[in-house]
Amino acid sequence: MSKSTVERPVDRPGQTIAGTLRRHGRHIMVNWIRELALLPVIVVLLVIGAFVNPAFLTTANFINVAQESAALGAVVVAETLILLTGKFDLSLQSTYGLAPMVGAWLIVGTDGQGLGTNWNPFFGIAIVLLIGLIVGAFNGFMVIKLGFNAFIFTLAMLILLAGIQEGIVSGRTVYHLPDEFTYLGAQYLIGVPVSVWVTGAIFLLSALFLRYHRVGRAIYAIGGNTEAARAAGIHVDRIRIGVFIVASLLAALAGLMTAGEVDAVTATQGNNLIFQVFAAAVIGGISLDGGRGRMVGALTGVILLALVQNILILSQVQTFWIDAANGLIILIALGLARLIGTERA
Amino acid sequence: MLEPVNGGPVAVRPSVGLAQSVWKAFGETQALHDVSLEVGAGECHGLVGRNGAGKSTLVAILTGLIRPDRGVVRLGAETAPSLADRATWQRLVACVYQKSMVVPSLTVAENVFLNRATGDDHGIINWRAMRSRARQVMLDWGFDLDVNRLAQDLTVEQRQVVEIARALSVGARFLILDEPTASLEKAAIERLFERIHRLKGSGVGILYISHHLEEIYEVCDRVTVLRDGERVLSAPVGEIKQDRLVEAMVGFAPQRETEIANPALVIASARPRLEISHLHVPATLGPVQDVSFSVSPGECVGLVGLQGSGSATVADAVVGLVKPASGEIRLDGKPIHTGRVDATLRQGVTYVPEDRHARGFVPYLGVGENLTLSILDRLSNWGIFSRSGRDRVAAGLVEQLGIVTSGLGQRVGQLSGGNQQKVVVGRALARHPTLLVAVSPTVGVDVAAKESLLNVIGAARDGGTAVLLVSDDLEDLRICTRLLVMVKGKIVKEYRQPPWDRHELIASVEGLEPASAQGESE
Repeated sequence: MSKSTVERPVDRPGQTIAGTLRRHGRHIMVNWIRELALLPVIVVLLVIGAFVNPAFLTTANFINVAQESAALGAVVVAETLILLTGKFDLSLQSTYGLAPMVGAWLIVGTDGQGLGTNWNPFFGIAIVLLIGLIVGAFNGFMVIKLGFNAFIFTLAMLILLAGIQEGIVSGRTVYHLPDEFTYLGAQYLIGVPVSVWVTGAIFLLSALFLRYHRVGRAIYAIGGNTEAARAAGIHVDRIRIGVFIVASLLAALAGLMTAGEVDAVTATQGNNLIFQVFAAAVIGGISLDGGRGRMVGALTGVILLALVQNILILSQVQTFWIDAANGLIILIALGLARLIGTERA
Repeated sequence: MLEPVNGGPVAVRPSVGLAQSVWKAFGETQALHDVSLEVGAGECHGLVGRNGAGKSTLVAILTGLIRPDRGVVRLGAETAPSLADRATWQRLVACVYQKSMVVPSLTVAENVFLNRATGDDHGIINWRAMRSRARQVMLDWGFDLDVNRLAQDLTVEQRQVVEIARALSVGARFLILDEPTASLEKAAIERLFERIHRLKGSGVGILYISHHLEEIYEVCDRVTVLRDGERVLSAPVGEIKQDRLVEAMVGFAPQRETEIANPALVIASARPRLEISHLHVPATLGPVQDVSFSVSPGECVGLVGLQGSGSATVADAVVGLVKPASGEIRLDGKPIHTGRVDATLRQGVTYVPEDRHARGFVPYLGVGENLTLSILDRLSNWGIFSRSGRDRVAAGLVEQLGIVTSGLGQRVGQLSGGNQQKVVVGRALARHPTLLVAVSPTVGVDVAAKESLLNVIGAARDGGTAVLLVSDDLEDLRICTRLLVMVKGKIVKEYRQPPWDRHELIASVEGLEPASAQGESE
């Protein structure tokens, strides 16, 4: 009834459409520059790489780099989604290890250190994803519904799941994996590994989802100002738990990629992965406080880490020094990001 | 019963928001006691009352955050929906809270259309449509704000505009503004008033909550006064004199003997201990503009102001918690190290902070340790501190303040609020300060604890300590020898001699011209 009584006031003079559009363009530019802060760094790395080793600027090398970081990329997407809602999950690295381990263990014969049940490979893949689902749902429920601290709870889960992974095979490696199981990590499609296609699709879809879907925007709102999100009628808890589940599924899928790539599942698959994941996300401008950062930023973070790793290997730095160099690069990248204003932590 | 007989244009306006005989209790406390309120379309309705009068509870009921125990809420032509139905509440009523409900990492357009469909939906966001619709909302209502800016880059005023735009774009025609001017500067406040006038002209009904009564007179058509959970007055603004408004807020409580009691005036010292000249402090909540005053030994100066008036900011600046933009703070003639707490502490300043939980004590440490935290240097030699020395000092303070505790080792976190506050004050006094700065030292404590806290601070004053007491609690002010009233960052009035007239004092604290509140004063 009140609608009819409302008469909108007239436009204010002095406000031109052209002026608004000009400002519009500028702000969108600024927003993009914030996200692509790492692009110049990547260009510099490409130049350095070209000087260090002629093998660097070859298609074969880039495909190799992409394949090696495909699994990492998928987990970075997973962690980014959770970080955007203002939470985090350390146990993704254990899901990444445990899920393919259990799957492989159930489908491989005793000659390959399996359990000997020799289940159908497709069933094994289903198990991999199922474990991701269960772990994600459990973490989400405990952290969101029961209010456990995300850090300490998922740290405990990390230790527990990694322990199970090692325990069921007594520390041994499971091998002789069937082709169906390794397809994702080992096969090529139009000259590019399937895992790279899949991770690329995951990045693209998640970026589009975050940008163009209501739930994607809700994720930003939740991380940016939980109270405001609640007041706007967003189902904060439901979305957060959903994100935990999706993230664990992605981590399980990433584990499957790695298993296929190395044609085996080791008892330590996933160890220390989470540090790389956080490094890539934070370098890429994903705020640890939630609500800030874009998928394209996270992608540049992954690419940067992968290139650094590759250049260090190609320049024949002693392998013992690679970790230290990695750490240093991360610090420099953080400093740069801070300067440009991506990460305001 | 609901609306007092007053005819006029107000009565014919359709109502956009109505609370009828609403009751609400929280445990033992009756927060609202048969309160009725009606806001008509195109009306700006002021809601005033001292802290704890029930304003927040009423707002929570009107916005569907809590359910009244009894009574009816209607929004426009509809009865209030169930609490779970947030979407309907949002469509009917919107509240701009003091706390920002804007998501900083999103653009203005997104914040306006937060969680609402703009395109043909299926959950897919049509950015172009959202931007142009947000731009349309801005143009329609005359807000000049680029919808592509990130909310984090906006000023407080602009964020408020975003929230108002959000409310209006949902179609809500009942807008609640909860202390909208608290963190705005003067020009921004004027622009807000202009916006309110424009909204009123478009048939939006506004419930305007403010501590500043002058604002009520400026923008509101009617005003309702709550006191202790009851509606004591509701009338057109034009029909009610300011002194009656103040009286309605304060009540007719007889002045207590303690308040009239004239504290000993020991203004003997020629040289003031604390001198503040032309202090400017920028701050989001409570900026300070050009404040000058001084405090002498044996004097207790009360700095009276509402939240956001800048009175607490002055205290923060004196103890070194914030760095002033300009101006000088001198202690015994020497300028203090601005922005350094340790330095001012060494110069003999101690501090009773406003937020005792955050800055007052360490809950996991014992009473004795908390009391002596600030004098560890005096209790120790070469870094090794003396436990017996500490216990001696602490025991003295426990006795002096009457702290009820099972022993010096009891964790402060386990004490009652009043005793916790005594620990905080005791810690400040342990150092025998030359200047004690206390911000709302008795907030949230019971009457007995309040008495002993004030007595202890009074005793320190009599012992020659200069005291700067920042409070808006009239009871606290009885130990003051002089009062300075702050409104919106400036000192507007000084009371040199007790007793103070309650009504006049409150009128000036609430931002009314002191002269116009003379009706009640002697």
